[in-house]
Amino acid sequence: MSEGIGARVLRKEDKRFITGNGKYTDDVRNEGQCYAAFVRSPHAHAKVNGINKSAAESMEGVEAVLDGHQLTGDGIGNIICGWAITSKDGSPMNMGAWSALATEYVRYVGDAVAVVIADSPANARTAAEAVDVDYEILPAVTAADIAMNSDSPQIHPEAPGNLIYDWEIGEKEATETAIAGAAYVCEMDVTNNRVAPNPMEPRSAVASYDASEDHYTLYTTSQNPHVARLVLSAFYQVAPEHKLRVIAPDVGGGFGAKIYIYPEEIVCLWASMKTKCSVKWTADRTEAFLTDAHGRDHISTAKMGFDANNKIVGFQIDTIANFGAYMSLFSSAVPTYLYATLLSGQYDITNIHCNVRAVYTNTTPVDAYRGAGRPEACYLIERMIETAARELGVDPGELRRNNFIQEFPHQTPVIMAYDAGDFAANLDAALAAADYAGFEARRSEAASRGKLRGIGLSSYIEACGIAPSAAVGSLGAGVGLWESAEVRVNPVGTIEVLTGSHAHGQGHETTFAQVVSDRFGLPTENIQIVHGDTDKVQFGMGTYGSRSGAVGMSAIVKALDKVEAKAKKIAAHMLEADEGDIVIENGEVKVAGTDKTLGWHEVCLGAYTAHNLPEGLEPGLKEGAFYDPANFTFPAGTYICEVEVDPDTGTTEIVQFVASDDFGTIINPMIVEGQVHGGIAQGVGQALLEQAVYDDNGQLLTGSYMDYAMPRADDLPSYKVSHESTICPNNPLGIKGCGEAGAIGSPPAVINAITNAIGNNDLSMPATPAKVWAAIQATSLKEAAE
Amino acid sequence: MYETHYHRASSAEDAVEKMGTADDGKYMSGGQTLIPTMKQRLAAPSDLIDLGHIDAMKGITVDNGKVTIGAATTHAEVASSTELGSACSGIASLAGHIGDPHVRNMGTIGGSIANNDPAADYPAAMLALNAEIMTTKRTIPADEFFTGMFETALEEDEIITAISYQAPQKCAYAKFPNPASRYAMAGVFVAQHADGVRVGVTGAGSDGVFRHSAMEDALNASWSSDAAAACDVDEADMLSDIHGDAAYRANLVKVMAKRAVEAAG
Repeated sequence: MSEGIGARVLRKEDKRFITGNGKYTDDVRNEGQCYAAFVRSPHAHAKVNGINKSAAESMEGVEAVLDGHQLTGDGIGNIICGWAITSKDGSPMNMGAWSALATEYVRYVGDAVAVVIADSPANARTAAEAVDVDYEILPAVTAADIAMNSDSPQIHPEAPGNLIYDWEIGEKEATETAIAGAAYVCEMDVTNNRVAPNPMEPRSAVASYDASEDHYTLYTTSQNPHVARLVLSAFYQVAPEHKLRVIAPDVGGGFGAKIYIYPEEIVCLWASMKTKCSVKWTADRTEAFLTDAHGRDHISTAKMGFDANNKIVGFQIDTIANFGAYMSLFSSAVPTYLYATLLSGQYDITNIHCNVRAVYTNTTPVDAYRGAGRPEACYLIERMIETAARELGVDPGELRRNNFIQEFPHQTPVIMAYDAGDFAANLDAALAAADYAGFEARRSEAASRGKLRGIGLSSYIEACGIAPSAAVGSLGAGVGLWESAEVRVNPVGTIEVLTGSHAHGQGHETTFAQVVSDRFGLPTENIQIVHGDTDKVQFGMGTYGSRSGAVGMSAIVKALDKVEAKAKKIAAHMLEADEGDIVIENGEVKVAGTDKTLGWHEVCLGAYTAHNLPEGLEPGLKEGAFYDPANFTFPAGTYICEVEVDPDTGTTEIVQFVASDDFGTIINPMIVEGQVHGGIAQGVGQALLEQAVYDDNGQLLTGSYMDYAMPRADDLPSYKVSHESTICPNNPLGIKGCGEAGAIGSPPAVINAITNAIGNNDLSMPATPAKVWAAIQATSLKEAAE
Repeated sequence: MYETHYHRASSAEDAVEKMGTADDGKYMSGGQTLIPTMKQRLAAPSDLIDLGHIDAMKGITVDNGKVTIGAATTHAEVASSTELGSACSGIASLAGHIGDPHVRNMGTIGGSIANNDPAADYPAAMLALNAEIMTTKRTIPADEFFTGMFETALEEDEIITAISYQAPQKCAYAKFPNPASRYAMAGVFVAQHADGVRVGVTGAGSDGVFRHSAMEDALNASWSSDAAAACDVDEADMLSDIHGDAAYRANLVKVMAKRAVEAAG
């Protein structure tokens, strides 16, 4: 059976995961290892008047108690945001200082002020409790819109009025004019709720300093170990890049939260040098809730204007984005180039204008979370077009179709140029799979059982494989967004692929091997994927933004091209044939049209014995490549959610969920379906259950699973997943990416379905039973009054 | 977790004696609340005295309609008891929906009642079933046992040994789980006894578990789901938090009462 492109190969990595043999950062055990426990602010905003460490220092097992003054005294740099955004008045963004250990002020609950290094986790934690911090409590603010008020607490001196930037995209006047002349304008206030990322494995770091070599090793839960090394060395001056090895071993889920370089990794590295101990820190779940970068938290008001033919003529959006207490690594890019550039959705809209204000608050920093900006854009557009259809009295599917972009490439007014797609094909497939035509009968049947049945659509588009490097650089990115790969063919013909992508659940060890298998006809068991270690892989940009297929695998393909070309040269010489006549398939190297054949392994061995190589050809068979994409890729599709609401309790049951996606070429359908299932689960979680809630003093009320509702199996239906694909013209495999689509496309489908069921459009995420019940009551009261 | 010392008691007397020598001891019977609390460093007993292995405090008997459940009987044992299944299936069904399988296999009825978590299921059943809480010192009627959130009539050195009640004519429990914790946001246990209806409510009250006298009156007048649904539930008595306000919880009490009556038949 083929194990190449398109085959449902079982995941190679699952054997070790399922049998408990995965090797995670917390599994690292170094001799004489010490443990870090952080002293964290219990206040959302306070001035630190002093830190008394003496009691803690004399406690059992304590090696050191370190604070921010020592950290900055040793020259450790502030944490940076890696994407510079320019406000519409031309001024640079107002970034406040963020020290890995706070010195003068703490700005959110969980902000680290000191660290205890001790011989056991318990001793470290007990001593951390004994560190006496003199806090002068200051007023706090948690909501972004309120933070901009003139009487709100000022969080960073660098950002007057707590405003980080005031940015815009698109043509303001033209959009206003278009909307003013519209036959109908849909106006909505839309909030995108703040969520906590909750990877199953909490963040962890183990740092070691080798004094004899003056060399550091950091094991860490990272989606991008090379980026971590670069930032730790170039910006935080923790160690020079050539003296720092970063290893991200098995990582149990990332969802964006493990892209960033957090205070804990910096402090563990620095503390390992200070104490000459290997230092380990693993977050407990409460620390994860408090310190893993949160996602979303947008407040928007928007107007969508339609002409008399129900064509969208203008779309104007004003968004306030809550950044939390500090600017996390890619935070600035999320509500700008990852959000506002997708506001055309699947629709042909001439005039779009979006204004975004980014605001500091006394909350956990906010950054990219599965989808990053695109879910916020999709939710806004798809809630509005569904609402518009209801208000116009037209079918929501047909209003979408009426506005779909039909021809590609298509230049939107908000930077993005869509390269390929067939939006109607996915809409049609979803409508058919959902038996959309039969919905009214199902609604009636549900009503006879006392249930309110509703249906909701969402036609999403997103952008994956953020690129090209020169373009993102011109928009303010501090890094390039290419990927690298190295293909090492061993003398016996087995292959190691070193990739700069990083797997933390995606199944790269299987899919990447399938691409190699497809090329040479080798079994995937003969192919090893190596990633996550800066001493093995030369450089890489890591995995986020659904880039590993479109960008990471493209780099592998480029390296394979070089390997294939060299293997053909060698084989042609060995077989005394013309290089152009050599074909490699099913593990054999053949001369086309003849019975002259060599085994793949024979050619590989020939490359390494070098007894019979073409003149001037170097021995060996190992090639590397860097791939910088020409454009983003644009996965798109239509999701249809059908719900039944219990009017007595407000409980929503998802009774059907249909997804029709265009992901371009699919390497492993089973893994892609798994990504869609997981993505939808995450989107349903945001739509129905999840929200990080702060009280007025900035205390996180949802700091454990007692109060933060994660989706469970019984909250979710069986999904109907299918694909209507167009090939991405901009990368060699035609891949678009599938990692985030489910989380992007599903929330509006769920909310559109519930609001359809209950006849009240005034409903925000998460649509908890309590909220849905209240919305039903409001509808009943309104109906009673009429 | 702070360091602690574990002791396995062989009898209730042995447990009381061990507690007497402990600095700051705590009884444990299943530990499904206490251990997580200790792991979060929110409780730090010097000694844990485990009541979960005292044979005399385990087991279920039904004698002429008189149900007795040993305090160290696990939720799983109550849920799967064939005697209870025929004599009083309402409590077996309640036990089968506490927490998850791990909690049900470790947690005990005595531990749950002694803790009196305001969102725990068993206290509502104890009130509705007019149970007697038997301790090492005395027998306490359920009506006098639960004295407020996490508060009971138990004295420091007093241990629950069993609970006992006369099986009602019919009974059932309905709960609406919190979407996050899956504890009861509102749980209503209704029981029709020869001398009248008793209704216990957990999860929803602003001061922990309570009997809903208006609901009892309504169901005494007419044992029907309509009567339950029509009953006035005062929002002023209800808890309000991020998961639901008092109006929502008042509604849930009605809806759960209605469903419990329907389930009881």
